[in-house]
Amino acid sequence: MFWNEKIECMPREELRKLQYEKLRALIDNLYANNAFYRKRMDEKGVKPEDIRCLEDISKLPFMYKSDLRDYYPTGLFTVPNTDIVRYHVSSGTTGKPTLVGYTQHDIGYWSEALARSLTSIGITKDDIIQVSYGYGLFTGGLGLHYGAEAVGATVLPSGTGGTERQLELMKDLGVTAIACTPSYLIHMSTIAKKMGVDFRRDTKLRTAILGAEPWTEGMRRHIEEDMGVKAFDIYGTSEQAGPMFTECMERDGIHIPGDIMYVEVIDPETEEVLPAGQRGELVVTMLQKEAFPLVRYRIKDLTYIIDEPCKCGRTSPRIGRITGRSDDMLIIRGINVFPSQVEHTLMQIPEVGDQYMIIVDREGALDHMTVQVELKPEAFSDKMEDMMELKRRIEHEMKKYLNIAVDVDLKEHGTLPRFEGKAKRVIDNRVM
Amino acid sequence: MTIITQLSIFVKNEPGAFASISGILKECGINLKAFNIAESSGFGVLRAIADNPKEAYATLKDRNIIVKLTDVIAVPMQDQPGGLYEVGKVFGDAGINIEYAYAYAGVKGPAVFFRVDDPASAISALEKEGFRTLSESDL
Repeated sequence: MFWNEKIECMPREELRKLQYEKLRALIDNLYANNAFYRKRMDEKGVKPEDIRCLEDISKLPFMYKSDLRDYYPTGLFTVPNTDIVRYHVSSGTTGKPTLVGYTQHDIGYWSEALARSLTSIGITKDDIIQVSYGYGLFTGGLGLHYGAEAVGATVLPSGTGGTERQLELMKDLGVTAIACTPSYLIHMSTIAKKMGVDFRRDTKLRTAILGAEPWTEGMRRHIEEDMGVKAFDIYGTSEQAGPMFTECMERDGIHIPGDIMYVEVIDPETEEVLPAGQRGELVVTMLQKEAFPLVRYRIKDLTYIIDEPCKCGRTSPRIGRITGRSDDMLIIRGINVFPSQVEHTLMQIPEVGDQYMIIVDREGALDHMTVQVELKPEAFSDKMEDMMELKRRIEHEMKKYLNIAVDVDLKEHGTLPRFEGKAKRVIDNRVM
Repeated sequence: MTIITQLSIFVKNEPGAFASISGILKECGINLKAFNIAESSGFGVLRAIADNPKEAYATLKDRNIIVKLTDVIAVPMQDQPGGLYEVGKVFGDAGINIEYAYAYAGVKGPAVFFRVDDPASAISALEKEGFRTLSESDL
């Protein structure tokens, strides 16, 4: 099923031609009408006419998160304020929040992208979608809301919180799909168990659209086994508009519609563009964005490009699962550690539940990392020896995978914090 | 078989954790005859002999407490020097490994609860040497 088959299945050469035309028009316009972009391009000695093919995009200067902060609030907007129909403010995962403005057209391509994505995972007008992302300044709630309405599905705009009530509504209304953070869905599952609600028996929930924070394949397996749903990864940041790109039914990477966003992956050190398949930092250029254009924006998300055609028939490039954001990287005793690596390791261990916290301290001159791990109730043993063995086994796995010594604290089920929005699983107590 | 059912309760190893679990035991009306606490960094196990273990187990489970039922044996012994040795020798001679043990100053005289790998063979080894083991009604 396609939402916009002509674009989604456009032959690659034709798509590249379309991308080039859009890019060139964008650059021509920015260079002529926007002081910021003209200055940056002049500094790099590049003129719009130097962009003769799609690959020439690598001649253009990068945009950085610091630019968004430096020009806060509306310094990078390229339309009069009267053309802005909405603002969102980034959730500020790192540093100061950024303001994003949208024209009517911007809201349109965002909803269009989501309509394509939702259709690709089998959502139709017959579905009832519970949008349990935060509504308001965060892009998740309203974004999914508009996207789901575009395909004609019924939206239950429940937002975050009030989990018991959300579960009641899910049951009573026969909700078939949910969009939220993976951590919120896990929280829901815990509450459901306390309420005696069995997702398979008592609900019609079959699809989960999960994102806004990095999560792993292990977490996907866990959620699917626990709740009997098919879980799909969704990607999209507020700078790009909001969550909008998902995997298709094949679940082999996230489709990036070529007419909406052009993706490159670079080596963060050398800033060289990397070939498909090589992991690096994602760089995005929005091809339809009006209010707040992004050209070669260093989003800092870490991934790789999948260029082979997808079995689903869509010709767009795909990106692999986001394994983290280079800003999330912890440097522990000089070794780079991503929270996603910790999660990946934990999810391989059958006794481990679905909640964990990473705590970093400095003891004297040394960094020290502790991972608090909730155990599944059945993993608890009366024998101290078994428990110590389990603790050592988890520590050993961590050491093997992360290359640093980690202290593991076993915690009983239900004692670590639950998150309704984005999970905050890292506490860094080091004073830099 | 005179197996005693023990409650094994997972508790945090931090200030207030014991108050919290004992408060729950109070609220649930669970009376303990004997208990012991084993601890490690971060977590501990409260092992307890309750009046009605199966009922206590269900009540605690409903409160989302992590609890398990464990088989232990209770051996009465002489309240004098050497009492413990007599029992210990039986286990040693029979090659029975004791995982943990704790004492109980019972109403009908002292006893020790033992957790062993194989309670059945421990009981038969004790009986061969003229020791008896207590049943729940003896406690």
